[in-house]
Parts: sequence; structure tokens; C-alpha cells
Amino acid sequence: MSFVAILALLVSSTLVYSAPLIFTALGGAYSENSGVTNIGLEGIMTIGAFAAIVFNLTCASTLGKATPWLGALIGGIVGLIFSLLHAVATINFHADHIISGTVLNLMAPPLGVFLIKAMYDKGQTENITQSFGYFSFPGLADIPIIGPILFKSTSAPAWVAILVAIVLWWVLYKTRFGLRLRACGENPQAADTLGVNVYGMRYAGVLISGFLGGIGGGVFAEAIAGNFSVSTIVGQGFMALAAVIFGKWNPIGAMLASLFFGFAQSISIIGNQLPFFNHIPAVYMQIAPYVITIIVLVFFFGKSVAPAADGENYIKSK
Amino acid sequence: MLKVTAKTRKILVPIISIIAGFLVGAVIMLIWNYNPLTAYSSMFTSALGNLNGIGETIREATPLIFTAVGFAIASSAGFFNIGLPGQAQAGWLTSIWIVLANPHLPKVVLLPLAVIAGGLAGAIVAGIAGYLRAQFGTSEVITTIMLNYIVLYTCQHLMQQVMSSKLRLDTDTTKTIAANGSLKINWLSKLFGDSRINAGIFLALIAVVIFWYLMKKTTTGFEIRAVGANPFASRYAGMSTKKNIILSMLLSGGFAGLGGVVQGLGTYQNYFTQTASLDIGWDGLSVALLGGGTAIGILLASLLFSILKIGGLGMQTIAGIPYEIVSIVIAAIIFFIAIQYVIGLMFKNKQAKSPLVTQSNSAAQSIATKGEE
Repeated sequence: MSFVAILALLVSSTLVYSAPLIFTALGGAYSENSGVTNIGLEGIMTIGAFAAIVFNLTCASTLGKATPWLGALIGGIVGLIFSLLHAVATINFHADHIISGTVLNLMAPPLGVFLIKAMYDKGQTENITQSFGYFSFPGLADIPIIGPILFKSTSAPAWVAILVAIVLWWVLYKTRFGLRLRACGENPQAADTLGVNVYGMRYAGVLISGFLGGIGGGVFAEAIAGNFSVSTIVGQGFMALAAVIFGKWNPIGAMLASLFFGFAQSISIIGNQLPFFNHIPAVYMQIAPYVITIIVLVFFFGKSVAPAADGENYIKSK
Repeated sequence: MLKVTAKTRKILVPIISIIAGFLVGAVIMLIWNYNPLTAYSSMFTSALGNLNGIGETIREATPLIFTAVGFAIASSAGFFNIGLPGQAQAGWLTSIWIVLANPHLPKVVLLPLAVIAGGLAGAIVAGIAGYLRAQFGTSEVITTIMLNYIVLYTCQHLMQQVMSSKLRLDTDTTKTIAANGSLKINWLSKLFGDSRINAGIFLALIAVVIFWYLMKKTTTGFEIRAVGANPFASRYAGMSTKKNIILSMLLSGGFAGLGGVVQGLGTYQNYFTQTASLDIGWDGLSVALLGGGTAIGILLASLLFSILKIGGLGMQTIAGIPYEIVSIVIAAIIFFIAIQYVIGLMFKNKQAKSPLVTQSNSAAQSIATKGEE
């Protein structure tokens, strides 16, 4: 394999595996910046994957090439609705954020499989016919060296995700909405005093995380898994959560961390095709993202730098 | 609104959560045209209707008691040990491996050795998270989640690449362990209709008593609870927060590891490659939350969950209703536990002891009446 071919393979598989993590981690970053810890990203991804696959199977024949994109969007909408549970519990009902998030993770897989069984009478779905597949940018793909590496047979959702990350970074740090959202995560009392609707902002944070997490699940299902079963989403949501922290609760950071995790994940899958990596036992590549997350947390962050009121209930007094 | 004492209220909240959870399950079944009455009655008859069912239900509860106790200890110290699946898995593989590698040791040596080693394996996994928390302040929620995956893949690797092929049937399953290292008791299984009930349940009952005694009667337990309640105050009172953080995580992981041990030496008699986090870890977490972290609560909650799970299998075969409804009910119950503040609004404390209580009650009341409008 030529050097360019190796790089192209690495880049494209990194992007494929990063895309769902980027979407979901961006959602996580928004939720946590608004002050609601969202450990339920895994469950949100699962329900998003479920919705996207069902939509894809139902509509692929009529919608053709647009199906996976619309499927991911449907996944996002269903994820948003699902995340309402977490929002109501944590914002209105004083629930512990970690327990409430755990409920999402406990609820999503059985709910998805139950519905699949009720609809299709079997435990997992057929494989979808319209998946994301590979995408080549017209024009850009013809640039020598860079073209084949970055723009030929690459993952379109990943490029969209990177774009979304930049936009969401801008929204969070450069707009009034972003400032208010962050204020609710840092000091809800002060924000409230200044007339910010803390509950509303926190709803926004959680629902955005539901929407983006659902898209992430949809993208994973339609680009990588190809069907829905109880084991479609196994840990990607937790990985996205780690990316949020690894990325210091910043959308761009979360995106870069997701790219890194995507790289590590893809290495463990395509490693045997690559020189050097094929000598490393697969287990090291599999556990690398998790070990690195721990090491980074320990040595580079010390005490947590999460938004100050992240995970704390805000109870508005009369 | 009911007038109840604080103690009754503590009991009523989980009971209402359970009923509400069953209702959620019923509504979902109705929407999809399954009959909830058939479902729940077939569930209870298959879990409790015959000796085999009862034996299996007790067997199913055994590991949950351990993992729930593990969760409860960490949570008394203020930690959310979400790494129970990994800790249990480490305990399971370790104990099976030790028994397989030493089949000729006498039972009095081999069985305790395997059990203790399994508990230690779980303790080490949790201890890493405890140490990092104590030393560097690293969030135990993240580290234990990460450790779950590290353990999952490491166990796959150990099983497939490291373990001697003499101990395995194939790359994914070990041989069955010798009677020397087994928790199986033939007369007990016979008594319960040839079910897989085993000596693990006695160990679990001992564990619950130890847990109760440790937390309620010993200084160690007091210090753990004090650190959980207020780390700054307990440090001021001369307690070592670091020591207590690590100790509580070691104990927590040790019990979770034992949950894996009874799964291996008791239920399955072997180890097989896992592709996802162990259920007993997640269920143990739910059991502890439902049981309110108390010894008796954990016992009752673990039995309820086992009835749901064993009965759910029967429900699937007898009534043809997907098994997943059971997990949905469990998740719903935990959801209602999480929002117990809202459930609590249905009751009023009988005697207000201080002005503060009255005040918060009237606040709760005003919110409740607002909600009714």
C-alpha cells in the first residue's frame, strides 16, 4: 500500500468513526454548559439510532439518496423528545442528574428493542439499503495528494459535523444566547438575578444535547452499524461524554477529542491493514481511548474544570 | 394529601415508584396491543408459582445483592460507582481462572481462594478510580465508565490470547469448573426443582449483614458516611478524606467483584467472553437506588428485580410479550425514584419539628396546589 493510500484510509476511517462522536459530544457540551450533566448520551444515541434505522427502512424506496440524511434528522428529533425526560426530571423535579441520565441509558435499549419486536416481530432489523457510504467532493477530490487523502471517498457526515462544531463554538462564545447558556452553568443565581430564564436555558441545553445526540446515534447506525439491535450503540455515548470532558467543555475541544477517539477506534479496526500497527495486539488499540482519557484527566486537568454549577439543581425561590 | 411520618414516607416513595413503573409498562403494552394483565400474571406465576421458579429467582437475586451493596457503600461516601459491571466482570474471570488452573486443590482451600481473589480483582479495579479521585480529584464517574471498557476488552484479550487453551473449550468459553471450586449444592438445587440456586445466596446474606454492621455499627462505616455527608467537616474533625475515599471504593469494588464471583462459581460454572457491560452491574445500581441504600431495602429490591427478570422470561414464552418490557419497567421505577421529590409532594409530614420544616412543607404545598390547578 502506498503512503498516500495508507493516509487516505486512515483519514477516511477516522472521519467515519468520529462523525457520530462529534455530534453527540457537541450536544453534551451544550447540556453541561447550561448546567445539566448529561450522562444519558448513550441512551439518547441508542434511541436516535433506532429512529433513524426505522425511518431508513420505511422510506428508503421513496426517498432514495436523501434517506440517511433525513433519517439522521429524524433520529435527532426523536432524541430531542427522549431527552425531555432528563430535562423535566433534572430541571423541574430536582432529580439527581447522574441518576436521571442513567435512567435514559437504562431505558433506551429495551425500549428500542421492544418497539422493533412489536413492529417487525424479531429482535433486530434488516440491514438498511441506503447508508451514508463514501462521498467525494467534486473538484476538491482532484487536488493532488491532499485530494485523495481528505476529499475523495470520505465521510460527508463528518465534514458536516466539523462545520457544526465551528458554528456551535461561535454560538456558545460569541452570541447572547451562548453567554446566557454558559451563565446558567456557571452561576444560575446570578443569571437569574439578571433576568435570564435559567429553566428555559437549561431546557435549551438538554434539548440541544438530545437533538445532536440523536443525530449522532442516527449517523452511527446509518454509516457504521447498518441495522438496529441491542448492541448497535455500545459505549459510543460514553465515549462522547469523555470527549466533552477531554475537550474541556468547549465545542471545538469536544470536536478535536472526538476526532482523536475516532482515530483510536478506527486504528483498532483497520490496524491489521497498516504497517507498524499490525504488530500491536488489538487489545491495546481497543483500550487506548479509555486509558488515554483517564491519563489526560489525571495529569492535565487535575481537579475538574467543568462549569461551576454543572450537575447542580437550580431551584428558583419565590 | 396524606399525613404521614417521615419514616412511612421513606417506605411509601419506593412503593409508589414501583406501582408507577408497572403502570408505565402497562401503558406501553396497551399501546402495542399486548394485555398487561396477562403479562404481569404470567410474570408472577412463572417467577413464584413453582419451586424451580423460586429457586431461579433467588439465584438471580444473589449477584444483585452483592453489586447493590457495592454501589451503596460508594454512594454513602458520596461516590457514584458506575463501574460495577467492570468490577463484577473482573471478579468473575479471576475466580473462574483460579479454579480452572488449580483443579486438584481441596475444596476448603480452593473455593475460599477463588472467592477472595475475585473480590480482590473487583476491589483493585474500583480502587484505581478511588485512588485517582483521592489523589488527583479525578471524577469517579468518568474513570469508572472508562474502566468498564478497559476491563471488557482486557478480559476478551485475556480469554482469547492469554489463557491456556487447556482451560478453554474454544476461544470464547472456558471449560466447566470442577466441583472443588463450585458454589453449587446439589441438595439445594434438587430442593428447588433443579434450579441453579447455589451457596452464593448464603454468602449474599452474610454480605448484607456485614454491610449493615459495617455502616451502622463501626467507626469505619461512620467515617465513610461522614465523608459522604460533608468532606470538609469530616476533615476538620480529623478524619482522613483520602483514606476514606480509597477505602470505600475498595470495599465497593470488592462487593461488586463478589457479584461476578457468584455469577461464575454459582450460576454459570464457567466464564464466557462478554461483548457488553455486565447486566448485574447496571441492575445492582438500580437495586441499590430502589432499596434506598439500606440493607433490608437492597434485599427486597433485589428480590423484586429478580421476580421481574425471571418472570419476564416466562412472560415472553407463555404470553408472547417481548422480554424488554421488564427492563422498561425497571428503568421507569428508577425514574420515579429519581423524581421522588415530586412523589413526596403527595404527603405531608405528620409533625413539624422545626419552623424550617413547616416552611419547606408550606412551600411544597404551594407548589403542589399550583400543580393541581
